[in-house]
Amino acid sequence: MSTITVGISDLNVAKGEDILVTYALGSCVGICLYDKLGKIAGLSHIMLPSSQGFSNSAQQPYKFADTAIVHLVKKMQMAGASPTRLQAKIAGGAQMFAARGNNSLANIGERNVKAVKAELARLRIPIIAEDTGKNYGRTLFFSASDGIMKIKSVNRGEFSW
Amino acid sequence: MKNYDDLDAMQLDALREIGNIGSGNAATALSVMLQEPVDIAVPTIRILEYDDVIESLGGPEQLLVGLMLQLQGDVTGMIMFLLKQDFAHLVLQQLMGVEFPENGELDEMAGSAIQEVGNIMAGSFVNAIGEMTGLTIDISVPDLCVDMAGAILSAPAIYYANISDKIICIEDELGNGNVRAGTHVLMIPEVDSLNKIMSSLGLV
Repeated sequence: MSTITVGISDLNVAKGEDILVTYALGSCVGICLYDKLGKIAGLSHIMLPSSQGFSNSAQQPYKFADTAIVHLVKKMQMAGASPTRLQAKIAGGAQMFAARGNNSLANIGERNVKAVKAELARLRIPIIAEDTGKNYGRTLFFSASDGIMKIKSVNRGEFSW
Repeated sequence: MKNYDDLDAMQLDALREIGNIGSGNAATALSVMLQEPVDIAVPTIRILEYDDVIESLGGPEQLLVGLMLQLQGDVTGMIMFLLKQDFAHLVLQQLMGVEFPENGELDEMAGSAIQEVGNIMAGSFVNAIGEMTGLTIDISVPDLCVDMAGAILSAPAIYYANISDKIICIEDELGNGNVRAGTHVLMIPEVDSLNKIMSSLGLV
């Protein structure tokens, strides 16, 4: 068993007993995709909802919800997953600061979650579990052998989805 | 200038000077607040990627106290303080005689004390910019978040993604006798505001 770390604006695929991990999601969102039959897991850590208006977005497709998830699906397909079998679990999109008087700052997490849901709907991937919003950071573990998403945070214990 | 990468050597030196003066002001203000002499080591000022800031703070899961203040007036943007636990501990012990809780859960009194430190420190840095440039800058009430470094930093990283993947980072080490405590100050002026600062200094 090995642990594969997925950084910010990154994605990766795992099989067998491997575990994907992404640390300290704040307002970013972690998207776990799983092919139950093939036991193939994918994890994407997006930072922003949309690549629109970013001139250098082509160099960083893994950064945006509207470009990263498609890439993850392709990568999983190359590893043998079937796109029609994929199911999603998502976590993150917290509001780390109250940011009173600045809604566009307060809502960055919420906007990310919305964009991820829209993109998953477009790709017809059902969301079967979700741990999003609230006001704390989350470390996410996603296990390829059973598709369990485990969330660890500073003071709120561990939860499996 | 379109983003932080366009800063030239002279402009970086000007930012270093702002960081030096701000850190000095902050040490003075903190010694008044804590009623103890506070000295400060020469700060390190660098333009860093968020990932490097996170690494220099001890990794993404490192528990930190984050204080965020929004800048308004002639300069808009954000100033953020990331206090390591030893620093928060020093402040709480001096002001209230209590320890920084291991789980980071601050009660209201301790939270207010830390916010006040944020106010004082932000004022010190903002005044440094004001003294050098003549620009007027207002700061918001500090917003407090005790959590993992990566999670705290996701807020400015996302909100200012259109400006830069990098951030102006001032690493300070404050001390009180034998106790040394580290803090990071992150300055994120909007690019227009950074241009304004540089032109006020004759560096455009």
